[in-house]
Amino acid sequence: MLRILAGPLSAVVLVCATPDVARSDTTNVAVAANFTDAASEIAAAFANAGDHEAVLSFGATGQLYAQIAQGAPFEVFLAADDERPTRAVEEGYGVPGSVFTYAIGRLVLYSGEAGVVTGPETLEAGTFDRIAIANPDTAPYGVAAVETMRALDVYDALKSRIVQGQNIGQAYQFVETGNAEVGFVALGQVSQAETGSRWIVPRDLYAPIRQDAVLLKTGEANPAAAAFVAFLKGDEAAAIIEKYGYAIDR
Amino acid sequence: MLTADIWSPIRLTLELAAITTVLLLVVGTPIAWWLAQSTSRWKEIVATIVALPLVLPPTVLGFYLLIVLGPDGLGGLFGGLVGLRTFAFTFEGLVFGSVLYSMPFVVQPIRNAFEAIGERPLEVAATLRASPGDRFLSVAVPLAKPGFLTGAVLGFAHTVGEFGVILMIGGNIPGETKVLSVAIYDFVETLRWREAHILSLGMLVFSFIVILTVSMLTRRSGQRTF
Repeated sequence: MLRILAGPLSAVVLVCATPDVARSDTTNVAVAANFTDAASEIAAAFANAGDHEAVLSFGATGQLYAQIAQGAPFEVFLAADDERPTRAVEEGYGVPGSVFTYAIGRLVLYSGEAGVVTGPETLEAGTFDRIAIANPDTAPYGVAAVETMRALDVYDALKSRIVQGQNIGQAYQFVETGNAEVGFVALGQVSQAETGSRWIVPRDLYAPIRQDAVLLKTGEANPAAAAFVAFLKGDEAAAIIEKYGYAIDR
Repeated sequence: MLTADIWSPIRLTLELAAITTVLLLVVGTPIAWWLAQSTSRWKEIVATIVALPLVLPPTVLGFYLLIVLGPDGLGGLFGGLVGLRTFAFTFEGLVFGSVLYSMPFVVQPIRNAFEAIGERPLEVAATLRASPGDRFLSVAVPLAKPGFLTGAVLGFAHTVGEFGVILMIGGNIPGETKVLSVAIYDFVETLRWREAHILSLGMLVFSFIVILTVSMLTRRSGQRTF
């Protein structure tokens, strides 16, 4: 019995031991759900570029903020708005002076099916049962979705057909599974998708989604956290951020 | 003091739990009876399927339900009959999910109660020429009453406490799918702690009463559930 197990066990031990040998410093990063794809690619590039690693956690900005306020072990916070990082500093969770805009988000009306979304007329015609948005109480993209519908004067007509995802990721998932025919999502989520139909909402229909990042006090003494923030401000990260459909504030 | 923000989820949750419990008593009783009486080799397989929600993460159930209820599943098949594309984001969809999710909590106590009766009372009834249906309704059901009560209370309570499944298939629509547990979650996330405290304390008291009730019911009948 022992001999039978010895082979696989030693392999397991080896696998477990390897990361310890080449252990790099890690930092825990809270990331707004819309930035999931871009952040994952940035984290991979970050790991390649040096001996630090970023461990990402995703959620709605409001959810993540509530967790940070309750002592969650995040060291960097990539929010989907410019309000909560500032508030984090004011309330003593963030490092003063460390807030900066890492991306400017774009809102998209999206459908998994080709030809469904053509433009604002899709909202005006309203030939769908369900429209998915992120929860406007916790997710900035949800706020932008509501602002857009109000600007087009269709909010009251569509109100009863809105379904809310807990974050922009769940809103996207409602559309992808076909349970909602259309939904407001982030361009960053669908910029790499080739199917479906979309309308990139003009910037004048909603307040700009300035996505700010902040170094949290928990990460002040961790070189990996500082390195990640520096990497995020660099050219390599900027290229990835722009590739996913965000604008950069320079 | 209590606004619509708080009352609407409470009312919705009670409605969902009540309808789910009634449906589960209707659907669950024949299943429990069959599980108690059958000698089929499929029995343990069926019992296992019924018990699955005890073990599965609600996210697994929620994920499958999102697909099953959607336009490529039941929504596509039957939704058209009632003018819907999908049963996700509907009260009916939540009822369907809750019936699956709370099934073991209703079936198991009823099955236990049926099994506890033993064969003797049913045999006596048979020698008195009671038909199978009569034996079930006049002998088995009255004798299993504590099991039905326990099952109903547990099924109701478990549905009230449902969270993960509803979060995944509900779409957070006030008055339609925004139930108590989701409302509490939202209140906490938006730092509205006063409301969160009111609802959470209510749930705490409610849960205490439920477990105490079940304990007293089962002690009287000599069967333990907890």
